[in-house]
Amino acid sequence: MKIIVCISKAPDTTSKIAFADGNSKFDENGVQFIVNPYDEWYALVRALELKEANGGSVTVLNVGDASNDAIIRKALAIGADDAVRIDAPTQDALFVAKQIANYVKENNADMVLLGKETIDYNGSQVGGMIAAILDMPYVSLASKLDMNGTTATIEREIEGGVEVVETSTPFVLSAAKGMAEARIPNMRGIMAARTKPLNVVAAIDATNATEIKSFSLPPAKTGCKYVDADNVEQLIDLLHNEAKAI
Amino acid sequence: MSVLIYTDSADGTLTKNAFEAANYGALLAKKEGKTATAIVLGEASDIDKLGAYGITKVLHVNDAALNNFDPQRNAAIIAQAVTKENATTIIFPHDYSGKATAPMLAAKLDAGLVTGAVALPEGNTVRKTVFSGKAFADVEIKTAIKIISVLPNSVDKETGEGSVTVEKFACEIPATRLTVKEVKKASTELSLTEADIVVSAGRGLKGPENWGMIEELATELGAATACSRPVADIGWRPHHEHVGQTGIAIRPNLYIAVGISGAIQHLAGVNGSKTIVVINTDPEAPFFKAADYGIVGDAFEVVPKMIAAVKKLKG
Ligand SMILES: Cc1cc2nc3c(=O)[nH]c(=O)nc-3n(C[C@H](O)[C@H](O)[C@H](O)COP(=O)(O)OP(=O)(O)OC[C@H]3O[C@@H](n4cnc5c(N)ncnc54)[C@H](O)[C@@H]3O)c2cc1C
Repeated sequence: MKIIVCISKAPDTTSKIAFADGNSKFDENGVQFIVNPYDEWYALVRALELKEANGGSVTVLNVGDASNDAIIRKALAIGADDAVRIDAPTQDALFVAKQIANYVKENNADMVLLGKETIDYNGSQVGGMIAAILDMPYVSLASKLDMNGTTATIEREIEGGVEVVETSTPFVLSAAKGMAEARIPNMRGIMAARTKPLNVVAAIDATNATEIKSFSLPPAKTGCKYVDADNVEQLIDLLHNEAKAI
Repeated sequence: MSVLIYTDSADGTLTKNAFEAANYGALLAKKEGKTATAIVLGEASDIDKLGAYGITKVLHVNDAALNNFDPQRNAAIIAQAVTKENATTIIFPHDYSGKATAPMLAAKLDAGLVTGAVALPEGNTVRKTVFSGKAFADVEIKTAIKIISVLPNSVDKETGEGSVTVEKFACEIPATRLTVKEVKKASTELSLTEADIVVSAGRGLKGPENWGMIEELATELGAATACSRPVADIGWRPHHEHVGQTGIAIRPNLYIAVGISGAIQHLAGVNGSKTIVVINTDPEAPFFKAADYGIVGDAFEVVPKMIAAVKKLKG
């Protein structure tokens, strides 16, 4: 079984969110970058578990420039067999999806897994786009994936609950919490990652369908109104009459 | 020209998010002098209600097979409606259905997509949340056809008296490659992303046996329940209640946080809430900086008093 896991680079969850160049781009000053948690904790680890149980290979795929190599090595340290970076600056999901779909078409895969969204741009776009371009079934917000031959049994989030669906390879899946338990790379993994193949391939021509013009921060809270613990009724009164929230 | 809105149904009725998307689409159509047409796939008994949200026309594909959600099939049908209606903008709810279907349609139509919009577009530019609610981005869509998904609980509704004409939409329905085997609904629980009020608790509650009062407060308020990540990780509460940067992001009208410290990753998923109430024994808990109302006190004393006060209010 050949599994491709798409990973993206994201700022560490504790990063200070600030903007540069007249609020036109994210200020990377002092920011630590990580593998997007949904890609790493859920999609990648489940792919490795499936490989360990059934054999096959796990390739991590990233679209980006050379500054992404550090997080790609992290994914290799966790256990992916090899990595591919499609060399292009990224700004738009459709552009990224076209790059990935083209690679998958040329190299084949039984499944393409990725996280349900990135924690920076919160797009939830790339998975569905890849599936549409490749005409593969798409299962999104999946919390469980089991394989039996070429048949996949998947739990996915729907309105007010989860449902179990079945499909067959090849397919595209976006992973959410519950899919697997995060793994911490060990020393052996980190050493091995240094020599695992990280192939850089050229991007295909594609245009960007969207562009971020500017960023802004939400207005800061004006301050907390404290209510005494002995006067809880006042809180409920404020919520009812002042905030009009209940 | 028209604005086409995908209004999804579940269990035979349209979802709250679908009505919000419909209203967003209707307001956009009004602003741009276009017609607002909704498309409903599968069974839905309350289509008439769309009129009050500004929709004038509905395309309905009333086929029970479509009750099972397949984003690929849905995208194929919506693409046919885009052509029929000469739609220039297509609106989705940014929920489980829109998150899967909108990108598939975008790739099919080679159209730019902005997900999680929090305001009507200004020209070709749409404001969305980024960094899990810590910031906004204004994103320009550069293609002629534009696709936007609307973040739940984020755009003010304008309802009125309008009525709709429902047209049976004759279209080609492709075969599905997804078979639904089993539905595990938590149907008695209010959906977390749709809830107006959320009562949430963290490690400060000490153990799962103490959640009775949280559930009772939620019931009294008609609220959904949520929790911090460690609480879900140690199994005190189910995973689907985990809110935050790596759980679900929510934007209720009122968020009540009990015994939660307010770590940056937790705040990321809840700071879009309109009003935030924090109950914590530690006056230094970071959550108070993000709160509108706070009580420095012991949850085991404060929450029962809140229940009593709410009961009294609701009389
Ligand atoms: C990559 C990453 C992603 C993460 N994602 C998330 C996420 O999505 N969501 C999330 O929630 N966390 C997330 N976390 C974890 C986060 O950093 C915090 O550890 C977590 O939110 C803390 O949960 P808590 O507030 O319940 O527990 P604690 O931090 O232990 O806080 C408990 C609070 O309860 C108070 N307390 C104690 N007793 C009482 C009492 N009797 N009455 C009232 N108050 C009391 C204490 O003063 C304290 O403030 C993430 C962390 C990382 C590293």
